[in-house]
Amino acid sequence: MNNPETAIEAKDMVKQFGSFIANDHLTFSVYKGEIFGFLGANGAGKTTAIRILCGLSRPTSGEIRVAGYNVFTETEKIKKRIGYMSQRFSLYEDLTVSENFRFYGGIYGMSRTSIRKKTGEMLERLGITELSSTIIASLPLGIRQKLAFSVAIMHTPEIVFLDEPTGGVDPITRRQFWTMIYEAAEAGITVFVTTHYMDEAEYCNRVSIMVDGRIEALDTPANLKLKYKASNMNDVFLKLARNAGAGRE
Amino acid sequence: MHFHNMRTIFYIVQKEFLQVFRNRMMLPIIFVIPVVQLLILSYAVTFEIKNINLYIVDNDNTVSSRSLLEHFRSSPFYHITGQGANSKLGMEYIQKGKAHQMLVLLPGFEKNLVTGTPARVQVINDAINGSAAALMNAYTLSIIGDYNKNIISRIQPGASSPMNVRWSFWFNPELDYKTYMVPGILVLLVTIIGMFLAGMNVVREKEIGTIEQINVTPIKKYQFIAGKLIPFWIIALFELAVGLLAARLIFDIPLLGNIFLIFFIASVYLLVVMGIGLFLSTVTNTQQQSMFLAWFVLVIFILMSGLFTPVESMPQWARNLNVVNPIAYFIEMIRMVMLKGSGFQHISYKLGLLFIYGVAMLSLAVWRYRKTT
Repeated sequence: MNNPETAIEAKDMVKQFGSFIANDHLTFSVYKGEIFGFLGANGAGKTTAIRILCGLSRPTSGEIRVAGYNVFTETEKIKKRIGYMSQRFSLYEDLTVSENFRFYGGIYGMSRTSIRKKTGEMLERLGITELSSTIIASLPLGIRQKLAFSVAIMHTPEIVFLDEPTGGVDPITRRQFWTMIYEAAEAGITVFVTTHYMDEAEYCNRVSIMVDGRIEALDTPANLKLKYKASNMNDVFLKLARNAGAGRE
Repeated sequence: MHFHNMRTIFYIVQKEFLQVFRNRMMLPIIFVIPVVQLLILSYAVTFEIKNINLYIVDNDNTVSSRSLLEHFRSSPFYHITGQGANSKLGMEYIQKGKAHQMLVLLPGFEKNLVTGTPARVQVINDAINGSAAALMNAYTLSIIGDYNKNIISRIQPGASSPMNVRWSFWFNPELDYKTYMVPGILVLLVTIIGMFLAGMNVVREKEIGTIEQINVTPIKKYQFIAGKLIPFWIIALFELAVGLLAARLIFDIPLLGNIFLIFFIASVYLLVVMGIGLFLSTVTNTQQQSMFLAWFVLVIFILMSGLFTPVESMPQWARNLNVVNPIAYFIEMIRMVMLKGSGFQHISYKLGLLFIYGVAMLSLAVWRYRKTT
C-alpha cells in the first residue's frame, strides 16, 4: 500500500489509552489535493487521530502512511512534509506577527529571504500588512487563527492538518477561513480538517464521520445526504449519532 | 556540524532572547534579585558570633572575680544581660532566650587562686545551635585562658608554658566571613538561574501548548535542547559577571586567580545544572511539578555542598554522595581560584569530572525529550 495518488492511508488504526479505545480500527485514505473533512462530536476521537497522523502520538496498532512514510518508523520524514494547526493556540503571544513567521520558517529550514518573501505575501493576502510588528496577544481571535493557518502552510507542506481551526470564531471569519483553505487546496496542498460544525462539512470534497472512536460513514457530502435521506449534513450526523446511541443501549 | 543544523538552533536562541527581554517581570528577576540576594545573604548569613548575651553569677565577689568579669564587660562580643546571686534566675534567662550563656563563679574563687588550688568556673551554653554554642564557648574559654595565664605569670614569674604555638591564617588572614561566603553565594546565584530558567521555559511551552507546534516540525531533539540551553547559559554567565563585579566593589573580595578561569569553570558547571533542569523539564508537565522537583534537588545539593557547613565535618557517606553534587565541585573550585589563586592545573581533574557530568546530563535530557508520545 503505497499509492502515489494518496496523501494519507490508514488501515486498522487503533489508539488505546488503558482500557479506553479512542480510535477503533480506523480505515480510510485521503487523496492528494482534496479537502478531507474529519467530522465528529467532541470526544469522538478526532484529535487523537490527527495527532497520530502528525507524528505527535504513537498509535497502538495499524498500518498508517502519511505522505508515503510509515508513522511508526519515519515520523521525522513525515514532519518535513506536513503542516499542523493545533486546537490549542500555537503562536507565541509575546512575539510579533513577523517574529512568529520568522521563528517557524527558521526551524523548518527556510532561507532568510524566502521567510521574508513568504511573510510579506501571506500578510498581503490577509490584508494585514500593517500588523506585521504587532504583538500577537493584542490581536483578535479571528486574525490569530488566520495567522496560525498561514504559519502552518508557510513552508508549503504536502499536507496540512487543521484541528478545529474555526472553533470560537464568528461566521464571517469562518467563511474567510474556508476561502483560505480553498486557496491552499488549489495550490496543491492536501487539507485534512477536523470540525464539529456540520455546515462546514459541505465545503469538503469528502467527509468521514466519527462516532465513539469509529468511522461510521465516509463519502462525499452529496452521497451521504442521499444515502441517509437527509437535506443537510447536520441531519446525516444526527441520524448516525442516534443509531450509535441506540446500538449501545 | 552542518550549517543548516546550526541555523535551526540560532532561530530558537533568537526567539528565547526576544521573549526574555520582552517580559517585564523577567529582567528584574534576572538582574536585580541576584544582587539583592548577594547583599542580604553576605551580610546576614554569618557564623561570626557578636552580641553574646551573658548572664553572670558571681558568688565570690572579690577583686579577682570582678577583674575576670571586667574582661567580659569590655569585650565587644559580650552583652551582659543580667547578674544575680544564684544560677536559678540565670537558667530562667536561658529558657526565655534572654541569655545565650551563663558564667558562674563559685565562692572561694580568689582564695583558691592565691593558694594555688584549682579555681572552678562554670560555663553554661544554650546549645540549640550547636556550632554557635561551640564558638561562644571557645570565645569564653579563651578569655578565661588569657586571664589564667596572667595569674600564673604573676604567681610564678619566669614560668612559661613548655610549648609555644604561633599560628597564622592563610588565604583569609582576617578570618573575614564574607571572603568565605561571597564566592559561595555567587555559585548559588548561577545555580538558581541555570537550574530554573531553561527548564521552566520548556515546561511553560508545554503548558501553553506551543511545544506541540515545535514537535510537529522536523527539528532534531538536540537542536531543541541546545536552543533552550544557550540563551540561559549566556544569561547566567552574564549574571556571574554582575555578581563578581559586586563582590569586588562592595565587599572588596580578593580575586587572586584568573578571572577567565572562573568563567571557564562556570561555563562547564552550567552544563551540569542546566542539564539537570532540562532533564526535569522532560519528565514533568507543569511548572509546578518541575519547580517542586528542582527545589528538592537544589536544597539537598546546597545543604551538602559545603556552602554553609564544612564538607570535612560531614560523615563519610555524605561526603561520598557529594561525588554527584555539582555545587560542591563548583564551590570548592571557585574558592580555590578566587581566594588561593589556584590555576588550571590545580583544578583540571575536578573540572574534567564536571564536564563529563554535564555532557551526561545533557545527553539524558536529549534522550528523554519526546517529540512523539
